[in-house]
Amino acid sequence: MHKVYHRIEQIAGNVIMVRAEGVASGELAQVVGTLGVSLAQVIRLERDKVSLQVFAGSRGISTDGQVRFLGHKMDVSFTEALLGRVFDGSGQPRDNGPALDENRIAIGGPSVNPAKRIIPRKMVRTGIPMIDIFNSLVESQKLPIFAAAGEPYNELLARIALQAEVDIIILGGMGLKHDDYLQFRDTLEENGALSRSILFVHTAADPTVECQMVPDISLAVAEQFALQNKRVLVLLTDMTSFADALKEIAITMEQIPSNRGYPGDLYSQLASRYEKAVDFEGAGSITILAVTTMPGDDVTHPVPDNTGYITEGQFYLRNGRIEPFGSLSRLKQQVNGKTRDDHRAVMTTMIQLYASYKETLEKQSMGFRMSAWDNKLLIYGERFEKEMMDLTVNISLESALDLGWRIMADCFEPEETGVSSKLIEQFWPAKAGTAGKETPDEAAADETQAAEKAE
Amino acid sequence: MSENVGTIVGVSGNLVTVHFDKPVTQGEVGFVRTGEIALKAEVIRIRSDNAELQVFEDTTGVKVGDPVDFTDNLLTVELGPGLLAQVYDGLQNPLPELAEKTGFFLQRGMYLKALDREKQWDYTPVARQGDEVTAGDTLGTVPEGIFAHRIMVPFGLTGSYTVAETTEAGSYTVDQMVAKLRDEQGTITEVTMVQTWPVKVPIKAYAERLRPTEPLVTKVRIIDTFFPVARGGVYCIPGPFGAGKTVLQQITSKHADVDIVVLTACGERAGEVVETLREFPELTDPRTGKSLMERTLIICNTSSMPVAAREASVYTGVTICEYYRQMGLNVLLLADSTSRWAQALREMSGRLEEIPGEEAFPAYLESVIAAFYERGGVVKLRDGGLGSVTIGGTVSPAGGNFDEPVTQATLKVVGAFHGLNRERSDARRYPALHPLDSWSKYPGVVDTTQVAEARSVLHRGNEVDQMMKVVGEEGTSIEDFVLYLKSEYLDASYLQQDSFHDIDGATHAERQQYVFAKVNDILAAKVFFPDKDSARKWFLQLTSVTKDWNRVAMDTEEFKQLEQRLDSMLAEVSEHA
Repeated sequence: MHKVYHRIEQIAGNVIMVRAEGVASGELAQVVGTLGVSLAQVIRLERDKVSLQVFAGSRGISTDGQVRFLGHKMDVSFTEALLGRVFDGSGQPRDNGPALDENRIAIGGPSVNPAKRIIPRKMVRTGIPMIDIFNSLVESQKLPIFAAAGEPYNELLARIALQAEVDIIILGGMGLKHDDYLQFRDTLEENGALSRSILFVHTAADPTVECQMVPDISLAVAEQFALQNKRVLVLLTDMTSFADALKEIAITMEQIPSNRGYPGDLYSQLASRYEKAVDFEGAGSITILAVTTMPGDDVTHPVPDNTGYITEGQFYLRNGRIEPFGSLSRLKQQVNGKTRDDHRAVMTTMIQLYASYKETLEKQSMGFRMSAWDNKLLIYGERFEKEMMDLTVNISLESALDLGWRIMADCFEPEETGVSSKLIEQFWPAKAGTAGKETPDEAAADETQAAEKAE
Repeated sequence: MSENVGTIVGVSGNLVTVHFDKPVTQGEVGFVRTGEIALKAEVIRIRSDNAELQVFEDTTGVKVGDPVDFTDNLLTVELGPGLLAQVYDGLQNPLPELAEKTGFFLQRGMYLKALDREKQWDYTPVARQGDEVTAGDTLGTVPEGIFAHRIMVPFGLTGSYTVAETTEAGSYTVDQMVAKLRDEQGTITEVTMVQTWPVKVPIKAYAERLRPTEPLVTKVRIIDTFFPVARGGVYCIPGPFGAGKTVLQQITSKHADVDIVVLTACGERAGEVVETLREFPELTDPRTGKSLMERTLIICNTSSMPVAAREASVYTGVTICEYYRQMGLNVLLLADSTSRWAQALREMSGRLEEIPGEEAFPAYLESVIAAFYERGGVVKLRDGGLGSVTIGGTVSPAGGNFDEPVTQATLKVVGAFHGLNRERSDARRYPALHPLDSWSKYPGVVDTTQVAEARSVLHRGNEVDQMMKVVGEEGTSIEDFVLYLKSEYLDASYLQQDSFHDIDGATHAERQQYVFAKVNDILAAKVFFPDKDSARKWFLQLTSVTKDWNRVAMDTEEFKQLEQRLDSMLAEVSEHA
């Protein structure tokens, strides 16, 4: 059945061409070269000419190399045994564990019927106040982190992975530095989260074609777990590398580029991955958190620009902090009305005050005299940045809200905040120093924690 | 019709090359048979004995040598009673029924009938035996929701016919014969309630096309007053991501003063369609008191669904609009977003290896966009009635830059331009239409001289604002400063609107006329202040009173009180004269 072809007629970029019959579009093949065996996928058929994309690249493939068609398309094994393991972009083990071969599932499957989707309604708690209070992450949301190169986006992803209330974490790494990959793995392991994680990692040194498969393979596995009633968080870093892989391959295939060399279908390619985020009615969910590095810190670059049209909001990571301005979770309204009565009020008030603080800073830098109000804002702004915006802060939403009230109470009089009197009565803490908190112990603990962080 | 089967000789993405022996038509639909399934495809280019077809599904698994059945039909939609309240994909497959069959995922090669075959409709004949009829004439009606759905002589019939037989009034399914027509040669054609029509051909069974002059009230103040849309007009909403395009479309679909709204979600987020899908059945249409869904039809080909079907979806939408227009109804098509449709064209053009135009869009992009928008319009039907199709398309320009080809090609053919602006949306000034850049050629609901005056206040206020950025507030004269405050007042109290507020979110035409006249009086008034701070304070207070005024119903006591308060405030500062 599996006939072996021996004559490779053309090798260009990562694409080889053989003459063969009865080959299906998208079918996989095994290619033997001098450097080893690689998988390849059929990308074009023209009469008996079959073009294949070689996953490991075409280096070392000779014109008399062997090509054996496998009769099925790209798939991945789906079992519980995946948990705690690390694979590369073609699904081969990257750790020292055994290769898995049972229960193969196809990757890049069909899209979810919109009529079967439901309005998302469950919040994913991450323990990071900048997310939980100000831009809540919602189950089934797709959200990118826009960051310039050099920002600690991978650290942020790892923190969210550790702290988020989900059942399974799937990390899809694309173009990762090998150090970053090891750091991810070690962080998960040290914190005991590796056993509920699966890593599909393509490092910068691996073949480009494998980079292109990472999101599909990660999301195919995620989908199966979600159908088994699991809440899955998929982390994809970095989607710009994925887009660059698409660009590289498209150009090698002599496709006409559209914008800055990217292929014309960049939007559709990105959308078909991001749209896998879903909340299945009566089953689990997939939430996607992706990193999109912005070349030149330019949000109008084709990758962040197309991403912004697809995703439900974005986080801007700037100077190691989630920027409150510009960051947006489009779905937060679905959940932040149901958490605690003061959630929305704290969210808007603290941001408004922080915006005023920014204005004051500008005034200060221009040498204007500071009023009493300005001085209050300066204290507030510093505390806000230190105790709320710092990404190492890990507290529950409720204690973060309490902390918010305490910061405001320490800096302002109740009426200066513009919060409705009903909420002030209910939540405004007694003056600092006098005990009046409902849970003084917890508050004290938080304070020490915050103090530790501040150092 | 003889069997016409071709053979696949090449596959590249969703483009297949097919060798054929019998005649093949450009635009013809073919089915690619691979294994158990048949995938729908459309002929887009023919070269000698090879036809190239774009497949509306993923082509994985297709082999060289697989057969292709040509159907001899162009890509068509089914037209008949039962279209309203439906949710279709770009090829008119009903999505809820698909979900019943295939579960969570959209399986390829699954095509269902667009209309319910079991449902009985109460048919009342209108045409009598012996009547002379032509394409588009009414044979009878069935009630569909609040409308009398006309069963018409199929649009594809040419020449004049005589009604040879009509059925009795009664209950029928859509496939049952309702009339027999005899042409001049004596050939009999049987007519059912369903007819099909090729999506890319405009329906022209009307007497004449008229100029759109009647305003279409959307209840969004900045649109109706400043940048109005006419019934039968076409307009576009370009804007960067996050500027509120989709929210604006959703608001329009709720409040627009038309009979039927067709929403085409073309390559956008599935989540947004879901909101409409789950929300609309719960909302009541203030015009009819019935569920809003009864006047709505959703065509949904979201971003992860096949690209070729995305291109078809806007045509499917507009064809259904034209069908209802033939019944003398006013229909609104909202297409979100036309850029995704243009990108679908670009993808196909790339596969065909055509010589690219700007940003790799095909050279025919402009003519295709123009032809699409030209399908909007007001028409006079043969029975003297009027019907209209209004088209509103969003555009998602790359990087929010309006100089790109899709925005520019669209601007050439539309009658109104609602440019959304990132700075305005960042400043939470919703709806984020740019009041200086946007334009409209259609007549609005308020007096044009008043609008011209207000617009001049906006312009001059903006100039003062620019100047103040250079010379500071200190270097600005109090007269200029007041002008600036007036333009800010107009912006905050009239142009901005809280679309989630029950009353403020929907301002009907009479109210707009009344409130705008008042705002205009304030803008025109000569007001005097001792210094800039008191001027700013007064205007801030005025703004907040006007905002409160916007939030109370017009027929209440409170409305009058707030209006008196505005008058007295104005009197206070005018007295100094």
